[in-house]
Amino acid sequence: MDLFEYQARDLFAKHDVPVLAGEVIDTPEAARAATERLGGKSVVKAQVKVGGRGKAGGVKLAATADEAVEHATNILGMDIKGHTVHKVMIAETAPEIVEEYYVSFLLDRANRTFLSIASVEGGMEIEEVAETRPEAVAKTPIDANEGVTPAKAREIVEAANFPAEVADKVADVLVTLWKTFVEEDALLVEVNPLAKVASGDVIALDGKVSLDENAEFRQPEHEALQDKDSANPLEAAAKAKNLNYVKLDGEVGIIGNGAGLVMSTLDVVAYAGEAHGGVKPANFLDIGGGASAAVMANGLEIILGDPDVKSVFVNVFGGITACDEVANGIVQALQLLADKGEEVTKPLVVRLDGNNAELGRKILSDANHPLVQRVDTMDGAADKAAELAAAK
Amino acid sequence: MAIFLDKDSKVIVQGMTGATGMKHTKLMLADGTNIVGGVNPRKAGTSVDIDGNEIPVFGTVAEAIEKTGANVSVLFVPPAFAKAAVVEAIDAEIPLAVVITEGIAVHDSAAFYAYAVSKGNKTRIIGPNCPGLITPGQSNAGIIPGDITKPGRIGLVSKSGTLTYQMMYELRDIGFSSAVGIGGDPVIGTTHIDALAAFEADPDTDLIVMIGEIGGDAEERAAAFIKENVTKPVVGYVAGFTAPEGKTMGHAGAIVSGSSGTAAAKKEALEAAGVKVGKTPTETAKLAREILAG
Repeated sequence: MDLFEYQARDLFAKHDVPVLAGEVIDTPEAARAATERLGGKSVVKAQVKVGGRGKAGGVKLAATADEAVEHATNILGMDIKGHTVHKVMIAETAPEIVEEYYVSFLLDRANRTFLSIASVEGGMEIEEVAETRPEAVAKTPIDANEGVTPAKAREIVEAANFPAEVADKVADVLVTLWKTFVEEDALLVEVNPLAKVASGDVIALDGKVSLDENAEFRQPEHEALQDKDSANPLEAAAKAKNLNYVKLDGEVGIIGNGAGLVMSTLDVVAYAGEAHGGVKPANFLDIGGGASAAVMANGLEIILGDPDVKSVFVNVFGGITACDEVANGIVQALQLLADKGEEVTKPLVVRLDGNNAELGRKILSDANHPLVQRVDTMDGAADKAAELAAAK
Repeated sequence: MAIFLDKDSKVIVQGMTGATGMKHTKLMLADGTNIVGGVNPRKAGTSVDIDGNEIPVFGTVAEAIEKTGANVSVLFVPPAFAKAAVVEAIDAEIPLAVVITEGIAVHDSAAFYAYAVSKGNKTRIIGPNCPGLITPGQSNAGIIPGDITKPGRIGLVSKSGTLTYQMMYELRDIGFSSAVGIGGDPVIGTTHIDALAAFEADPDTDLIVMIGEIGGDAEERAAAFIKENVTKPVVGYVAGFTAPEGKTMGHAGAIVSGSSGTAAAKKEALEAAGVKVGKTPTETAKLAREILAG
């Protein structure tokens, strides 16, 4: 889960990474009081999870509280690269910046460890620096069990050639930033720029944090950081039902068991769709193992509620899951929806293979639901689902 | 022969006495797995009757090894306790730890992987977030259904559980030497490369099927490895061509970030290494058949 800048700022502050004062608001008028609390001037910063907001006019200096309200009025609701601005941060104005650096910690998947990236050339995208001046970017592996000690922080500072007069201060930031990384179960903590200001202090002026959703069991406070304003309503509804769902932009609704098989199902449908007017999958939905009728009903309800969906493909390989249970689940789910008064009009193509497939297929045949068709191979069923979506 | 697991493997189950652990211990026993014990410190000294098999419960992995000669542990331990359980298995120097658990925080998996490395890699970790591995007709360590296919000469390595099953089903008449589900998390103990190297060295494997998915660059690195080190034919499949950028697709590790981790890049890298890559699981199986038919 990627965080907004203000959320990253709050987490940095919590772990003693030096930051400027700031608060988040979502109405223009609130900019006035927030700016007054900062002594009458502020920086108004659009909160969007995409780079380039400065160039898009999403960051403005306000010399007075009135100006802050004016900027907030203009920025709230602005579209920045397809992201609507719902919140702005009213931040303390930065003291005179002398130099801009870059520091981050992240997961290094390839080496199955953590990595520190540091550069004295901050303020721009680090990928760009790595591309044009790779020698200016220092990458240091971090052992997950040893972490960033003051000695390790010093090693990073030396590897990146930080000037002697800020070495201690940058090392301190690295230790507190690592604490943020570990204690918040982050996948990425990035400070860019880390600014040296006229007083000689170093301050995190902007940052990115991405959190590990698998750690939610021990990070109860992270739930409140979810961005409910920008969530797709179908994704939000699915999440509320504990379903693993991602909205896509096609016409064939997909339900399957197992992340890999569902990803594969999307691809196979898109591939089959090439012969049917280019129809595509409408979503990813993994109902997992042992799908009960209730889970199937929840899944079908979300998918049938998507106005983009023209047909549905249920693709299940029974591993431990028994196909007869899945078939009963589908039949009961359609009954549950009918009982709730929801009219189902979209055709369903069902492919069952594996554990108890024969039994499952028989249950579907016996139920003889007018909207349900059985096709017994994955490629064949994908083709049928694409054909039905194209015909609608 | 097979890879990582055979009829002589002595298997213990950490988390055996929980509901999931019991269910799958029963299934593994039905597949002929030599289960020699369970581990649960609160139930040490007791035993559990599973379909007429009296399975002793030990207090620690070390004790289980000492009393039974166990050399494989399968872990069905909830995410919050998984790190401690894997660390215990590493400390006991069990040669193979199969971590089935889904939802382990990546700081925990990175920590236990680093710990295994620091202890000299005496424990091979498979997973986490994986279905385990099976050597049909000999032993089953995990949750892969034992009745999909029979012993044969295809080796299979996959990030995904259900695609493992699908591929075993597609090629069920030919059969498999071993099938290894390495897991869909960002940090996993055994990679495609580890399994490819083992299948290359296994005299009972004639052809390797490798299944990948979006996220990271494990498939690209596997492709480079195949080019240099694998003489046996390899057939590939990659899932996630239609996955949008920045969205996690079910598996914690299945995410395209910017332009990296895409299915197209993985397919291209595999094909450049001489691997035939199918567009669908069924087409992939067909490619394998064609190669085996000569």
